[in-house]
Amino acid sequence: MKKNLLKIIISVLAIFIIGTFYVSLKKTEIYDTKNLVGTNLDNFELNSLNKNLKINQELVKKSQYTLINFWASWCAPCRAEHKYLINLKRNAKNLKLIGINFKDEKKNANKFLSEFGDPYHYSAADSEGKVSINFGVYGIPESILVNNDLKIIKKFIGPLNQEEYTSILSLTN
Amino acid sequence: MLSNTGITLVILTTLLSALIIYKSFTELHIENNFINKKIFNLVTFQTTFSILSFFVLIAGFVISDFSLINVYENSHTKKPFFYKVSGAWGSHEGSLLLWINILVIFSFLFLVFTKHNNKSYLLYTLIFQNFLILGFLIFLLINSNPFSKIYPIPIEGLGLNPILQDPALAIHPPLLYIGFVGSSIYFSAGIASLISNCRDKFFAKSIKPWVLISWSFQTLGITAGSIWAYYELGWGGFWFWDPVENASLMPWFVITALMHSVIVLEKRNSIYSWVIILCLLTFTISVTGTFLVRSGILNSVHTFANDPSRGLYILIFLSLMIFLALAAFFRYSKKEEYNFLLKSKETLILANNWFMFFFLTSVMIGTLYPIILEVLNDTKISVGPPFYSAVIFPFVIPFLIFMAIGPKINWIKNKYSRILSNFYILIASIFLNLLVYFIFGKYSIISNLIIISSIFLIIHSIKDFFIFFKKKNESDISRIVSHLGFGMLILFIGISHNFTVENDFNLKVGEEKKFSGYQINFNSVRMENEKNYKKIIGEFKLVNLKSNLEEILYPEIRIYDQPETLTYEASIKTKLSADTYLTMSNISRSDYYNIKFQNKPFMIWIWISAILIASGGFIRLIKIKMQ
Repeated sequence: MKKNLLKIIISVLAIFIIGTFYVSLKKTEIYDTKNLVGTNLDNFELNSLNKNLKINQELVKKSQYTLINFWASWCAPCRAEHKYLINLKRNAKNLKLIGINFKDEKKNANKFLSEFGDPYHYSAADSEGKVSINFGVYGIPESILVNNDLKIIKKFIGPLNQEEYTSILSLTN
Repeated sequence: MLSNTGITLVILTTLLSALIIYKSFTELHIENNFINKKIFNLVTFQTTFSILSFFVLIAGFVISDFSLINVYENSHTKKPFFYKVSGAWGSHEGSLLLWINILVIFSFLFLVFTKHNNKSYLLYTLIFQNFLILGFLIFLLINSNPFSKIYPIPIEGLGLNPILQDPALAIHPPLLYIGFVGSSIYFSAGIASLISNCRDKFFAKSIKPWVLISWSFQTLGITAGSIWAYYELGWGGFWFWDPVENASLMPWFVITALMHSVIVLEKRNSIYSWVIILCLLTFTISVTGTFLVRSGILNSVHTFANDPSRGLYILIFLSLMIFLALAAFFRYSKKEEYNFLLKSKETLILANNWFMFFFLTSVMIGTLYPIILEVLNDTKISVGPPFYSAVIFPFVIPFLIFMAIGPKINWIKNKYSRILSNFYILIASIFLNLLVYFIFGKYSIISNLIIISSIFLIIHSIKDFFIFFKKKNESDISRIVSHLGFGMLILFIGISHNFTVENDFNLKVGEEKKFSGYQINFNSVRMENEKNYKKIIGEFKLVNLKSNLEEILYPEIRIYDQPETLTYEASIKTKLSADTYLTMSNISRSDYYNIKFQNKPFMIWIWISAILIASGGFIRLIKIKMQ
């Protein structure tokens, strides 16, 4: 009897672990950012980097288009895309930029922004990187272009380049 | 041309595996004590074909035959020869072929070298091993064929991910695979032993060399991976408790437990069932690790190639393995008597198992719990270094003390002198710890205790070393070397963890920066062209203001063309006393460079210690061979 119980427990445990693996195998597709395009942004809330302000989906609704950019001061490719962000702020008319500072220290983040210029209309801090995961971010830099219905129009993995910059510009102007 | 040759060889290997299974089953019913010569011939052919197919793949990489998709995707004509060869196992498909080769080679060696008169045990081992081989070959053929063709033939390849172009990483997969996949042979032997009723001492003797080989190589493999992370990833760390690193560490815990338990089984004819469980668990956990890494369930810096469709196949295979193992175990295991004293040496060897299983469970929870939670509750959490430090570090202290005292428990008969000598060693350890304290500065109580207990183990091991040279028979040099290595490993990790000097700042050419006893001058930058990349080299002068020592460091930024990637090469000056570590990264539209500086005491000793641990295994292997 005792031995049978042990058999059942071990077998159930094995099935449970395999089952979990199976389900998460099916789930990994949600990380595939192609599927995120066309879906709606989940509600989120982050503290502003410097101001006493909550940054959430309501801000996104206010402007026709929003580019949410994930960055950090320690991330070298983020420096490469920085000039495009600055130019977007300058040239794109119906676009607001939200920068989400990912797993970074406030001090370093501010130093980065004062050195290279601040391309963002709003800066949010996600020092633990937890909220960013919900956006499907798996490496920074990443950017998400959203309209005022909270619909994800485009997603950019890796630093923005000239081509992507012009496509954002033509889409939002 | 190469593609057809390769596929033919793989298909021949597959057919031979099926034939070996069939022949072995028929041979089981023939009642004599000899294994038919034909089976030996089949296994020899199978091994030859399999190795040849791997050479064909290497040849494809060396001559840059871009008609193979795998070569096209992972190689490039301008790549140095060494990385062309290592490119053969740099991709998922190639590494799967390497995996199969190791399965086949171990099966061949096991058959040839096991001097055993239990015919059915050998045959069953061969049968199960060939089921494993067959499973992976089918996977290779239907899902991950390294010999797939591409038409029209591209003129140039895409290149290997530059971050993978590193000598330590080139040897990392083969070493790790010998460890992981080598454990398949005692998975098969474990099931065979249950079915054929070839148990206890004989079983322990037959698997011991294979346990040692796989353990030693796995230790080296993990070390090579860690060295790669340190030199190439450019973060200055060498272990990140990343899920993929954990996946390689978990089988190591089980193998280590198995290595100790096999000794008990061999000497005392006891804990047979436990040894079988460990045999089955080692390979199962290795395959689980492979599944986690290759399926892309774990998001990590290490996943360079993943694809969920592969995951499904590995998962089906894994489930079959688990249920085969469980069924065989429940069906054939017998109740055992445990007949040794609580105070005996064996009990203390088994103490190792308790610790190993504690470490295994902790790492497993840290790795699997986030996955389970995500499935059940749709919440994502990330388990990082703080969890592992909090759970594992305190238990390292008693573990080190057990490692020091355990092996000697029944040798020194005189209790009083034993306690006294331990007491002296403890005093010496505390004194040395105080010395560390005065040289480097303050650190936490846990760190203090870890350093004391590691010094305690080191002194014990050195003492054993001298006893070994006086009376060669009474002591076991391989154990001493491995335990000494482990003591040193923990000591140097402890010191480098607590006393690394770190600083992060921006500089431009001609500027200097002073901080905590160091001064850095940024002398110049220049550009150079290499075979497959351009590099920007910075020249920095580092002055240690305390000792007035000067060093010139040259960190690099490499710009690879194929694929276009930037990598940051740290400039690392390794000395016996410390490593100085400097990386620079460019800041666009600015003359400034971001500089990361670290001074890490005794880094090289961490690798030396890890190699020492592995060499203990090799020494034991040579000893078995000589007997």
